[in-house]
Amino acid sequence: MSIIEKLKPKFWSNGVRDAGMGTTRHLFNFRRIWNLAVFLTAGVALVPLISMTLIHYEVTQNAIESEVRNHTMRLVRNTWRTVSYFLNERKTVLDLVAHEHTYEDLKNPIKLAAILKNLKKRLGGVVDLGVIDSSGIQTNYVGPYPLVNKDYSDQESFKKVIESGIYTSDFFLGFRNVPHMVIARKYVIQNGSFYVLRATLDIKPVNKALNEIEVSGLGDVFVINRKGMLQTPSRYHGKILEKVSLPVPRYSKEIQVVECNTSNREPLIVGYAYIPDTPFILMIVQQKTELMERWYKTRMELFWFLVISITLILIVTLGMATYLVNKIYIADNERVSSLHKVEYSNRLASIGRLAAGVAHEVNNPLAIINEKAGLIKDLFTYKEMYSEDTKLISLIDSIISSVERCGTITKRLLGFARHMEVSIRSINVREVLEEVLGFLEKEAEYRSIKVSLNVPDDIPEFESDRGKVQQIFLNLVNNAFAAMEDGGSLDITVKREDEDFISATVTDTGCGIPKTDIERIFCPFFSTKTEKGGTGLGLSITCGLVQEIGGKIDVQSEVGKGTTFTITLPLKIDKERK
Amino acid sequence: MRLLLVDDEGELVSTIAERLSFRGIDADWVTSGEEALKKAETESYDLAVLDVKMPRISGIRLKGMLEEKYPDMKFIFMTGHGSEDDFRTGSTNAFYLVKPINIEALVSKINEALKK
Repeated sequence: MSIIEKLKPKFWSNGVRDAGMGTTRHLFNFRRIWNLAVFLTAGVALVPLISMTLIHYEVTQNAIESEVRNHTMRLVRNTWRTVSYFLNERKTVLDLVAHEHTYEDLKNPIKLAAILKNLKKRLGGVVDLGVIDSSGIQTNYVGPYPLVNKDYSDQESFKKVIESGIYTSDFFLGFRNVPHMVIARKYVIQNGSFYVLRATLDIKPVNKALNEIEVSGLGDVFVINRKGMLQTPSRYHGKILEKVSLPVPRYSKEIQVVECNTSNREPLIVGYAYIPDTPFILMIVQQKTELMERWYKTRMELFWFLVISITLILIVTLGMATYLVNKIYIADNERVSSLHKVEYSNRLASIGRLAAGVAHEVNNPLAIINEKAGLIKDLFTYKEMYSEDTKLISLIDSIISSVERCGTITKRLLGFARHMEVSIRSINVREVLEEVLGFLEKEAEYRSIKVSLNVPDDIPEFESDRGKVQQIFLNLVNNAFAAMEDGGSLDITVKREDEDFISATVTDTGCGIPKTDIERIFCPFFSTKTEKGGTGLGLSITCGLVQEIGGKIDVQSEVGKGTTFTITLPLKIDKERK
Repeated sequence: MRLLLVDDEGELVSTIAERLSFRGIDADWVTSGEEALKKAETESYDLAVLDVKMPRISGIRLKGMLEEKYPDMKFIFMTGHGSEDDFRTGSTNAFYLVKPINIEALVSKINEALKK
């Protein structure tokens, strides 16, 4: 038997067959009730739970995503401020230098050297200073390289500064492999001409500030120019002054946070800001999975919460529905069984009354036949002319003996019907068995069934309900006859078990009961003879009757060999049972 | 010895009376309780054989009525219903016979009753 078969409740296969078929059938379709109970209860419990969980899922995911974006935005803003401040500070310093000193002063190498020294001391990060006249010639220069009189007139940077008044270069590595940048500003002098003040800046402080920004494990902070060339070192997105491995973000005045999905790697959250008046774009790149880790953990907790809740709800729902429907099934089964018993008893009582009526009515004409035949015999016996006619006498004797036989039958019927009434009296078990076997005497004869009855002399008379005892034996003997082929044998043996009990075994040589059926033969409605009109109540009623008079019933059977029913009965019936 | 047979089945009771006469027992028969009471007034009987179940006056009631008037009278019941056990619970002092009766058994019961 499979596990599913074992777990299947009793009503699953039994409770559907007879649904709604009159008062002595099941009132309900138990499988339908079970389905309804399970689906409604589970639905009412699960739908709100799943809905709430989905809403919670959506809200939490949005909240965490929003928090991630805001966090990235704050990080970009702060870094952007640091970088902008660095550049603006230098520009302002150049303005101050131009404002505080005349062009003539700036052309003086000693004064310019003093200014540079002062800037290095006060500000730091200024590598050199140069003054370029309106024709593009660097007229004065203080710094590590011999760049005095260098001609910048053809260079793009000079053209740009003349055009827009300010020029900020890309970052570049100098001779010492230190990142630098150049800022140049145009200043107009009194005669309408102009000069350009040019400073080379060490951008180590920018790199240091970028390095100090705390980003999660695989996060990266760097600066690119508008062509996508990395201006500061990047941990994961390319080498300095090489093309960054990410697309250049779209121009925006505001700080932006976008999601970047590339086919060959995990989705990234990219926060960026264009630094005004420079070619720089500040970028903070973080892996989405890392940022969303807290969400993934919450999501997993939510998932397990849902799985465990659904499992618990289903287990409780299934358990409760099965338990309750099973209880209803058992109660309904008992109701049906009781109705059947009442119906059976009523039918038996009706048959008993009918039999008694018939027997009584038949008895009177039988008595008349008996007396008339007796009279004829008397006439023949007492009148000499016929007394010698043996043939006539034997004919009359045969009539009288037939009447006696009929009389025996009517007496037995009357006796049987009378014992249907409940009454506790002293019972001679031999008499009861002989009476029961008397009903089947002819059938046994026709079918050549050998019937043997063994009742030892030491079996005492005992107190019980005679009607029930005779019905128990009649049912068992009837069953045995039904199970046997012609020519079988039936053995009934009574013995004394102990001081308080006797036992009776009814053994037949019939077809036997398979092991799979033996546990269920006393259950109501279990029948293997439904096609032949079996109700499946015979043994159930027999078992009930045995229990009612304080006894017990056992069965042993072997397929093909036969069956033995053993009934143990108390010699005294309980007062309460009476 | 005179006997009174009472049974609503005239055919039965008349035949029994005739058969008893072959055995030297003189018996009158009637088919109801009322007739039995009338007959008892005119004749004296030692024993009455009564059917238990009769219309209007049952055998048991008739026995009580006759016993009151004729205390020495003996009784035997005939019944088409019930067993000796049942019968004894109702009437402990009477003899009984179950229909169809055996005439020899009736004769021996008559003798037994009269000897009592």
